[in-house]
Amino acid sequence: MTVSRPWRIGLRTLALAYLGALLFVPVGLVFYRTFEHGIAAVWASITTPAAIHAFQLTLTVTAIAVPLNTVFGIVMALALARGRWRGKGIVNALIDLPFAVSPIVIGLSLVLVYGIHGWLGPALTKAGVQVIFSVPGIVLATIFVSLPFVVREVTPVLKEIGDEQEQAAATLGAGAWTTFRRVTLPSIRWGVAYGVVLSVARCIGEFGAVSVVSGKIAGETDTLTLLVEKRFSNFDLAGAYAASALLALIALGTLLVMTMIKPRREEGDA
Amino acid sequence: MSATAVTVPARRAERSFGALGLGVSTLWLSLIVLLPLSAVVVHGLDGGLGAFWDAVTSRQAIAALRFTVLVSLATVAINVVGGTLIAWVLVRDRFPGKRIVNALIDLPFALPTIVAGLVLLTLYGQRSPLGLDIAFTQAAVLLALLFVTLPFVIRSVQPVLIELDTEMEQAALSLGAANATIFRRIVLPNLVPAILSGAALAFARAIGEFGSIVLISGNIPFKTQVSSVYVFNLIESDAPISAAAVSTVLLLVSLVVLLAIRGLGRWGARHDR
Amino acid sequence: MISVTGVTKRFGDYVALDDVSLEVPDGSLTALLGPSGSGKSTLLRIIGGLESPDVGRVEIHGEDQTSVSARRRGIGFVFQHYAAFKHMTVRDNVAFGLTVRKRPKAEIAARVDELLEIVGLAGYQRRYPSQLSGGQRQRMALARALAVEPRVLLLDEPFGALDAKVRADLREWLRKLHDEVHVTTLLVTHDQEEAMSIADQIAVMDHSRIEQVGTPRELYDRPSSAFVMRFLGPVTRLGEALVRPHDIALSHEARPGSFEAQVARVVHLGFEVRAELVLGDGEELAVQLTRAEADELELAVGDIVHVRSTALPRALADAGDAAQPALSA
Repeated sequence: MTVSRPWRIGLRTLALAYLGALLFVPVGLVFYRTFEHGIAAVWASITTPAAIHAFQLTLTVTAIAVPLNTVFGIVMALALARGRWRGKGIVNALIDLPFAVSPIVIGLSLVLVYGIHGWLGPALTKAGVQVIFSVPGIVLATIFVSLPFVVREVTPVLKEIGDEQEQAAATLGAGAWTTFRRVTLPSIRWGVAYGVVLSVARCIGEFGAVSVVSGKIAGETDTLTLLVEKRFSNFDLAGAYAASALLALIALGTLLVMTMIKPRREEGDA
Repeated sequence: MSATAVTVPARRAERSFGALGLGVSTLWLSLIVLLPLSAVVVHGLDGGLGAFWDAVTSRQAIAALRFTVLVSLATVAINVVGGTLIAWVLVRDRFPGKRIVNALIDLPFALPTIVAGLVLLTLYGQRSPLGLDIAFTQAAVLLALLFVTLPFVIRSVQPVLIELDTEMEQAALSLGAANATIFRRIVLPNLVPAILSGAALAFARAIGEFGSIVLISGNIPFKTQVSSVYVFNLIESDAPISAAAVSTVLLLVSLVVLLAIRGLGRWGARHDR
Repeated sequence: MISVTGVTKRFGDYVALDDVSLEVPDGSLTALLGPSGSGKSTLLRIIGGLESPDVGRVEIHGEDQTSVSARRRGIGFVFQHYAAFKHMTVRDNVAFGLTVRKRPKAEIAARVDELLEIVGLAGYQRRYPSQLSGGQRQRMALARALAVEPRVLLLDEPFGALDAKVRADLREWLRKLHDEVHVTTLLVTHDQEEAMSIADQIAVMDHSRIEQVGTPRELYDRPSSAFVMRFLGPVTRLGEALVRPHDIALSHEARPGSFEAQVARVVHLGFEVRAELVLGDGEELAVQLTRAEADELELAVGDIVHVRSTALPRALADAGDAAQPALSA
């Protein structure tokens, strides 16, 4: 339909006004408020020992969770797209659950399994391993929330490409591993890349679940997101803004990478 | 078309690889997701059915759930209209900077929820340059939820709108239909499955949302307290069984919404060929 | 009658139509024939009101429709990919134009049934387009377009997306339908066989212009340019002239005006025989013979023979020859 000019301008204005009020202006304002008093103050705020440690912890946790979920994602995607087995419905529902479940419930669920009074609690205490209120708990929570991304990105790509290339490789004498390495993997690499970027963003940004499992021990189990909340609660508004700005910058960087990869992932090939 | 000339041992190796892969990944899935979530359900019933019922039907729990569901529905309703409008403008209109705007739509996906809360507090809270102060009100919760669910309907509708056969609209035009009719009878019916899909995703996200709400809502019981914050309070006050009970209810709602989304996906594709 | 005068249309730098004029007589079936990119679809859409020209006029039944919206031109449009309303049943699809005009329900139901009967889809009321074959969808699209009794029917490569057999069947069926319904019909196609077999009048287009307008016979026998000649049938060069393979006489002895050639291959196509020859200057040509003629000549590969044109002299050389488009009588 060709919309008349006044309508088109009207709709555009309405859309941009909504986005402006909800998205652009608030985010822009945070950056403005953060750097209001100069970059030096901001820099000092994000280079305190607590902040540095929070940053390192966030990155470490992400560096553990993402590769694990990527391998899981690729293997599961192959099983879903290529395999013939029953129970795909249940598996799909389980994979989708991290999207639909509240992060608080996720945190609680981990406490109920790995906490002192949880199912594995006694066994863990005996082995001298602390999960809840310690880094392993944060890792588990982060793995939980970022689980679906790679699977969900790679499965449709595999379905779209079909397995003809793999069949061709087989007729040419390639074994399963070689076929996977040289035919399958290259064809899904953009889907994997996009899934990885989404996972990384999710890991860095997780708050609710880690709120429950971390115990917020400063310098030990504070992630960057928890740091923001802590500073806010301690009326260190400038500090909260600084940490938020850092996270927002990372988010914008993620967006940039997402935008670049998005069109590639449907290609299925170079 | 089947692959010939594949040696039998190779095929078998492939199949056992596949079975192993499926086994290992299902194990991972169960360990990470299934195990903890079932712990929630089991623990919720730990004190018996009576305690479960009490926890779930306590005045505060019901108030929180009621508010959560209502504000989430309001969020979804606004998103349906706003999201469809924005998707339309992004697909059908042209203006400088459109690509940047399009990319920024995903910001709520990429931004940590706690930062989102702080962001909204800055503009609409106490030190707002606009002179507004809606912090600690129900409107604030609505605002936070609108922020974090912004991309869902838009991203759900966009691809359908892009794929939409504009010749259908031209055909309708040639048959004498005005723009309003074309939108109502041709475009909208084809968008409905995608809109509902995005709405369901937004709803699922909204009822569980925590990070963006925790700063701006003030967590006032019976007024601005949502279920996720209520559960958080229960955990902090060392009432894990009640927490688990209420969580089980939330889990159930999530599951129902998930199934609805899958169903909607199938329903939407029913006329495709 | 449809009258297009001096229409030019640009898309950015690309000129889709360059000063095009055409008249389509009432009740006729006219084909716009040309290769892709010739501008024929653009012209059709401008006539239909789905595009507007930069320069020029469009008149339908004497009224100036150039700036009238497609809604109000009283045209029916059929698209190559059917443009079926996939979320509506066949019945609702066909009824659409009538419901827009707020006709009474009984009238709509009767008309829909009547049309579905005409297009051979009676009983398919409740099906959805996704349950129909391509050919059925196109027939539904035709019924839908005809439902509002348009004064002009425009078809944009309507059979382009269908299998060859279905295409041939539907093309014949369309001609029969036209003979019954008598709506002025304009058909865009790149298939010369299609245009030749059903059109009353053909307008050949190339590179945003109309090359020639005439009946199929006129265009075939008296093409105004090498392009038209080549587009409407097989063509062979003999010296300075372009000749049809069936207008070439082959003999063992030299005759006045003949050229020498060597037989490269003799192909038996059942009822006819094609002799592929090479001329003295290396140029290849094909000659079409009947079995009887071929048997009489007893051609063998390597034979030296003589070829001459038996058509009326018409020294059309290369594409450099920009012939003027001839208006139909």
